[in-house]
Amino acid sequence: MAGSQEHPHDGAAGASEGALRMTPAVIAPGHTFESVTDKISGIVLTKRTPIGWFFGFAIAFAFLMLMNLTIGKLLLTGIGIWGNNVPVGWAFDIINFVWWIGIGHAGTLISAILLLFRQQWRTSINRFAEAMTLFAVACAAMFPLLHTGRPWLAAYWLLPYPNTMGLWPQFRSPLIWDVFAVTTYFTVSLLFWFTGLVPDMATLRDRAQSRAGRVIFGVLSLGWRGSARHWHRYEMAYLLLAGISTPLVLSVHSVVSFDFAVSVLPGWHSTIFPPYFVAGAIYSGFAMVMTLAIPLRKFYGLEDFITMRHIHNMTKIMLVTGMIVAYGYANEAFFAWYSANPYEGYMMSNRMTGPYGTLYWSLIAINAAMIQLFWFRRVRNNIGLLFVLSLLVNVGMWLERFIIIVTSLHRDFLPSSWDMYAPTRWDFAMFTGTIGLFLSLFFLFIRFLPAIAIFEMRTIVPQAKLQPEHHG
Amino acid sequence: MAQVEPSSTLYGLMAEFDTPTALVAAAERARLEGYRNMDAYSPVPIEELNEALGLRRTRLPMLVLAGGILGGLGGYGLEYWSQAIAYPMNVGGRPYHSWPHFIPVTFETTVLGAALCAFVGMWMLNKLPMPYHPVFNVPAFARASRDRFFLCIETADPRFDRHATAKFLESLHPVGVSEVAP
Repeated sequence: MAGSQEHPHDGAAGASEGALRMTPAVIAPGHTFESVTDKISGIVLTKRTPIGWFFGFAIAFAFLMLMNLTIGKLLLTGIGIWGNNVPVGWAFDIINFVWWIGIGHAGTLISAILLLFRQQWRTSINRFAEAMTLFAVACAAMFPLLHTGRPWLAAYWLLPYPNTMGLWPQFRSPLIWDVFAVTTYFTVSLLFWFTGLVPDMATLRDRAQSRAGRVIFGVLSLGWRGSARHWHRYEMAYLLLAGISTPLVLSVHSVVSFDFAVSVLPGWHSTIFPPYFVAGAIYSGFAMVMTLAIPLRKFYGLEDFITMRHIHNMTKIMLVTGMIVAYGYANEAFFAWYSANPYEGYMMSNRMTGPYGTLYWSLIAINAAMIQLFWFRRVRNNIGLLFVLSLLVNVGMWLERFIIIVTSLHRDFLPSSWDMYAPTRWDFAMFTGTIGLFLSLFFLFIRFLPAIAIFEMRTIVPQAKLQPEHHG
Repeated sequence: MAQVEPSSTLYGLMAEFDTPTALVAAAERARLEGYRNMDAYSPVPIEELNEALGLRRTRLPMLVLAGGILGGLGGYGLEYWSQAIAYPMNVGGRPYHSWPHFIPVTFETTVLGAALCAFVGMWMLNKLPMPYHPVFNVPAFARASRDRFFLCIETADPRFDRHATAKFLESLHPVGVSEVAP
């Protein structure tokens, strides 16, 4: 990786589809401080919003309105509009929560872990991946909050504050751990994201044509002037935030998995859960980054910055984490048999051959079988196919959460309490509504904020290297 | 008097360079000349400037450590106090001070405390937000956030002399030298 950074022109041929054997560079050759600054800030500062943006935003916004309608209905009627029943006491509300939180994980992995590993290819995808994290966590938070039925009362169940009843949250419950993990995760991601944005806000402030632009970006830039003293502390803070976020990102999905693993239900009570959930989160998160990156680079002409190198690396990470997830499935099946526990054994045979068996085999087909396609360079070079596969990965990961949650609950220890679960149209309205919220926020983000970190892109152009003969 | 008066209406003198290499070389020369009250401005972080300008290590890591420790103690303290003292409740026969259950939240508050300190501490040490600063008075400085590199020697420096310093900056082969109004 460092090798190709030394010789950025080596990747020139690799950027074209023809030279399959070469490793493409992290940035196309020929770029300078001026060209990366102008290209990325131009997307934000242009007065002409692409017509396709309006088209995409309109669709996303329509689904956002569907979400608002659903929330209105829910608050007026109660959570009875959902398909939840006894024994399936939580279904879409926790499936979608875990799904969205998982998607968020790629953003922090890219911004923090890849920074610590000095992976240069993180530079052009970290900004929008971090934005994706924030929006995904916001979507995730909707579900448990609304599941309380009266979200304005949620603070008193969830947050430790002195109230007139002298009651405190139950700190022995994983659900409270979850509250702390998710709010910390959101806060730290937001701080990290905003810190990264400040120098770019200064660039936009200095380049904005309109007075409104200068004022808004001026306020957001905090008066950043690129002083060497500031950069010195800034780089230190950025590194420290990355170091702090690295264990955090691994902890968040571990804590989410405790929601299940700490219970005594067959199919949930398993020590494989934390690593298996974290791998699944990164797997689905990279799939979402890919889903967003492919249209973004195409419609905004960012192929020079989000190169085939990024696409290849993301595919490889999906392959690795997907295989860990597949190992998790195998492990669950093995221990259901090896434990010789009749309840565990029944849980597994019910998953495979019970009423939800089709969904189980669909998720195996996607998360264990389909991802083997990523071994092939021909597949990794096929952008259209990768887009479809990345969407399917997220379908697969959604099915995984559905199977884990519903099949474990609907066959209780007592056959008398067995029941089937089916989502209602309000469940689907809420789920698609949060996709609308996510995409609406993302459309606004790419229109009004730089989707690629401008100052970090400047650090990887050849100009940024000091010339040794003049130095000193 | 004639020499003091003009420099009191000046923040400093600023030289503009078009490469990071030229800026680092200029900063090193200025430091060798004995200038101390100066700052460099660049669109990208340049590690070599820390040494060229003689910047000391930042105290930020200690602040972050302190924030993490406070966050962790605060989180654990909150759990211990609320579960064992304020409202002791028997949950599944577990002890009131069931410390293994308190670890996940303690971990999260440690991270939160450290991250908040990193964020707030960095901006505070940098004295930002600062809406006004004299360097913005130089029209060419708009390119400091794009592709140009600046070295500003401030009038506060004991060795600053309007003419001698301007002459020195000119000798560094800059794109231009400008006076910075306060």
